[in-house]
Parts: sequence; structure tokens; C-alpha cells
Amino acid sequence: MGIQALDITKRFGAFLALDDVTLEVGSGELTALLGPSGGGKSTLLRIIGGLEEADSGRVVIDGVEATGIPAQRRDVGFVFQHYAAFKHLSVYRNVAFGLEIRKRPKAEIQRRVRELLELVHLEQFADRMPAQLSGGQRQRMALARALAVEPKVLLLDEPFGALDAKVRKELRDWLRRLHDEVHVTTVFVTHDQEEALEVADSLVVINHGRIEQVGSPNELYDHPANDFVMGFLGPVTRLGGHLVRPHDIEVLTADSAGAVPASVQRLVRVGYQVRAELRADAAPATAQVAGPGGGQAGAPGAASVGRPAGAEPDAAAADTAVQLTRGQADALELRVGSRVWLRPAQHASVLTAR
Amino acid sequence: MAELSALGSAPPRRRSVRSGQDRLPLGRTSGTGLGLAVLWLSLLVLVPLAAVVSKAAGAGLADFWSAVTTHEALSAIRLTVLAAAAVSLVNAVMGTLIAWVLVRDEFVGKRVLEVLIDLPFALPTIVAGLVLTTLYGPHSPVGVTWYASRPGVLVALLFVTLPFVVRTVEPVLLSLETEAEQAAASLGAGPVRTFVRIVLPAIAPAIASGASLAFGRAMGEYGSVVLISGQLPRTEVASQYIYQQIESGYLPDAAAVATVLLLVSVLVLALLNGLRGWAARRG
Repeated sequence: MGIQALDITKRFGAFLALDDVTLEVGSGELTALLGPSGGGKSTLLRIIGGLEEADSGRVVIDGVEATGIPAQRRDVGFVFQHYAAFKHLSVYRNVAFGLEIRKRPKAEIQRRVRELLELVHLEQFADRMPAQLSGGQRQRMALARALAVEPKVLLLDEPFGALDAKVRKELRDWLRRLHDEVHVTTVFVTHDQEEALEVADSLVVINHGRIEQVGSPNELYDHPANDFVMGFLGPVTRLGGHLVRPHDIEVLTADSAGAVPASVQRLVRVGYQVRAELRADAAPATAQVAGPGGGQAGAPGAASVGRPAGAEPDAAAADTAVQLTRGQADALELRVGSRVWLRPAQHASVLTAR
Repeated sequence: MAELSALGSAPPRRRSVRSGQDRLPLGRTSGTGLGLAVLWLSLLVLVPLAAVVSKAAGAGLADFWSAVTTHEALSAIRLTVLAAAAVSLVNAVMGTLIAWVLVRDEFVGKRVLEVLIDLPFALPTIVAGLVLTTLYGPHSPVGVTWYASRPGVLVALLFVTLPFVVRTVEPVLLSLETEAEQAAASLGAGPVRTFVRIVLPAIAPAIASGASLAFGRAMGEYGSVVLISGQLPRTEVASQYIYQQIESGYLPDAAAVATVLLLVSVLVLALLNGLRGWAARRG
């Protein structure tokens, strides 16, 4: 049950958009296709919805072969990034469209549309035209319209991509709650890892037309299969030939087994967080360099003074970024030039850098 | 003055004052713009048209009536109006189809077709008439003889009015988002229903615009029709009839028929304009 897309390959001219991709989505699940733009995630969604045809491969929806069946007979609800509102029809008629096409009795259409408008909190906007709605309202109308025909699956292509940050966050929570209520198998495409981590039951990371990893948000965050997944899902820094998340690094004031000695190059306070940039002293020369930089950069804002020194011998050796709370930074008495030792925290996800 | 206001003329006066206040105040820029537009229209359009109408009216109503109700005049007017209406309808359908093909389909020779569409505009209409007459005339190389027949007149009018609907619908189709059509498809609408319910409402105002342009052009067309119509009373369009009247020195008669053409045009254009406004309000 759910959705199966098997061995899908799709080319646009010479560009290979999907390279033999196989994806299974469980029934009733809320799945996010996550990846950078141009990675093939929207194409995969459109192939599942029947809006695009794969060069090879099959699509099975709810156990029914859907390959070659046109969109209008696939029973999928599709929501587009730019709403795709029927501009000449009122909100009510937009939502009623699919039911009118199916020639349902008028009374049933009326009841169902009212229900859906209530579900998306647009009941008082039934007679408005789409142009009179805000972006968020239009997208909720589009959702109600897609849900009206009781589709087997709901497909959303960057549904919140055109909205501003605040509305995006609201709608994200709202989609999660809606899905808990309606429980229709849902796949949504996004390039926003925060959105995917927050909303989805399971994530599918797609890049360069291939699936990089599939799993629950926590699995993928804690155990990324490769450096791409790790980098796409959250911040990454290097520590002694390994890739670690900046908040997964322990800062010690004394040497300890496996710790790497380093000196603080720069401290940036972002609200309640402190981001420290440190340089592991691989060569003895670094100690010399850190001296004058630290002396001058005591005052905040003077950190850039240390920069020219940093651009010297081994600038290629990347700095390590560490994320700390303000409390931690204060307790460690970190200053630019401080000598510390770094090691990955106990449960940190660590990948060997390539 | 005191007498006037005492005679109960207060209500209409108040209304006129209020309507004066309701009117949007025009800024200097838009005021100048409006003035220039009106002046331009007056010099180029209104004054000549007024001259035609006054010429027609100069002879008196009875003469006007007898001028436009002669058998020949009536037949010419009827043929012109019916042909123009038919041409607008055919153009509305075919022009939309051609615009659709040009915008939505990719094919070899698309650019050539794009240029071909405008050719009827560029060609002197008398040349078009000549070409059509040689093609469909008495010694037709293609075996179709439409010389001195009503189909011949229709073909000539279709030829010269072809670009109107294509060129008004094309930009609207180009700017139309295909996502709405895809949404309709995913909601279960087939191609025909998607076109009728989603695309057509969006392009209807443009079709109406193009059709009214085609109608206006067909009403006044002379050059392309004059040769193929064969100068017979049965195939004579209004413009030809008018020209003949002028040649024969019956100027008021010519002006009378021209006035009737004007009235019909104004009526139809107003109707199509209203239709367009109605469609735009719905969309």
C-alpha cells in the first residue's frame, strides 16, 4: 500500500534528472523529499502525480498500477508552490471543482466544501476571489481543493516555498496537525531541512537524481550515511580529519585522551548562543601567530585583527567551528587566543572527512 | 434666479453638485493626458465621422431612409454585416487555435509560421485581392472558382483579418500559468473540460478583443474584396457600394449607407466590449 515508485529514470534532454530511483512510501505516512534544487525531487513527485512521464520505471499507488494512467484518473491531490488557484472562480468554487467534475449531487458538494473550508479555516472566505486572499490563505484553499476529492495520496510540491518565514512556520505546524487529523498518505517536496525535520515522519534525501538516504528525521540527523546528508541536514565542521556537528564538540581546558589542542580565533555571539572558531595547532608556528592576535582582540569586534595572521602558513587547514551556549562559553572563560582541547561529544555523529 | 430655485429645481441642482464632487479630481498630468487623448481622437476620428453623419443627415430623414432602403444598398449592407459577423466567429475559433499551437507546441517551422501570421497585415490589400482572384478566379489553377461569389468575399475577408485574434490571444496564453491546468487535471478534469473551464475564461476577453477588431476591419474592407467580388450587385459589399455612389456623384446616398455601417459597428463593438468587461469581471 502507500506509494511505490520503482526504478524511475527521467531525462530532460542531456540532463539526467532521476537515475534509477526506487522509493516506497508507507500508507498514511507524511514523507518529505528533501534535497537541493535541481536534485530531482520535484520531478519524482510530478511523476508520481502523473504530471510528468518517466522514461522508464513504474508507479504503483495504493496497490494499483498507475504507470501510464493520466493525472486526471490517478486520484492524487496535488498542491503547487504557486498555489495554481483558479483565478476566475471563488474560493468555494475552487474547492468544489473536483466534486463538480465528478458530478456529485449539489447538496453533497455543498456539505463537503463547507467541511473542508472549516478544516482549513477559510469558512468566512467562501465567496472571495483568490486574488483577495493572502498567500497563506491561497495555499490553504489549494489544500482544501486537493483534499475535496478524497485522494488516495496528497502530493505537495514546495507548498510553503513562496511564503514568508513566519507564515511558513505557521503552515508547517498546521500541516502536521492536519495530517494527524486526515491521515492521508502525503509526500511533500522541500529544500528546507528544518521544515522536513519538523514536519515529516520520514525523510528521503535526494541529490543529483539519486536517493542518498531514507529514514526518520532523527536517524538521518544522528546517523547520516554520508557527508552530503550530514551537511544538508545541519551544520558541519571539521575536527582532526573528521566531520562533526558544531554543537557535538566538547571544549576542555586541559589535555585529555583523543583531544585536539586548539586556540580560539574568533568568538561570535548570536543571541543565546556563542559560535567559536578555533584552529587546531598542527604546526608549532600557530602558537606564535595566536599570541599577538589574542593580545589585541580582547575587545569584541576586534576579532578581525587576528585574521591576517590566520591567513599565513596552513590556511588550507580549515578552522573548527564550535557551538556553545552562553553559559558554557562563560564557564570556560573563552577569549580570543585561549588554548583549549577539542573532542567529539559522546553520542556525536562523526564521519571521516573525505 | 430666485424664481428658478423657488420653482423646485433644488433637487436636480443638488444632484449635479454632488456628482461634481464625486468625480475623481484629475491631477495635472492625467488631466493633460486626457486632454491630449480627446483632442487627438476628435481630430482624427470624431470630426471626420461627424462630417459623414452630417452629410447623410443634410438631405433630411426621408431621403436618408430611401437611400439606405434601396434594394442594392440593403443587399450590400446585409452582406457586409453578415460576412463581418461570420468572419469574427471563424476568427475567434481558428485564431485561438493557431495562438494555442504557436504558444504551447514546439515544432519545426514555428518561427516561419509566426512571420506568416502577420503577412496579411503587411501585404497591400489590393495585392491580396489580386492573388485571391488569380487563385480562385475564372481560370483557377486549383480548380476552385469562387470568383464573383459570396464564398470568395468571405475568403478575402478571412485573409485580411487572420492576425487579429491570433495576436491578441497569444500574449495572454503566454502569460497563463500551466499549473492551474495541471491542478484541474489532478482534480479529474479531462483536456476538454480543463480548456473550457480553466483556460477559456482566462483568454475570453482577448478573444473578444481580437474578434471585434476583425469585425471592424471586415466591415470596412475594400481592397481585397473589390476584385474577387466581380462587381456584381449580389456580391457587392457596402464599401464598394459607397464607392460607386461617390463615383456617380450621389454623395448623400454614400454618406447615408456609411452612417448605417457606422451605427452597426458602434453597436457590435459596444456589445463585444461589454462582453469583454463581463468576462474580465468574472475572471
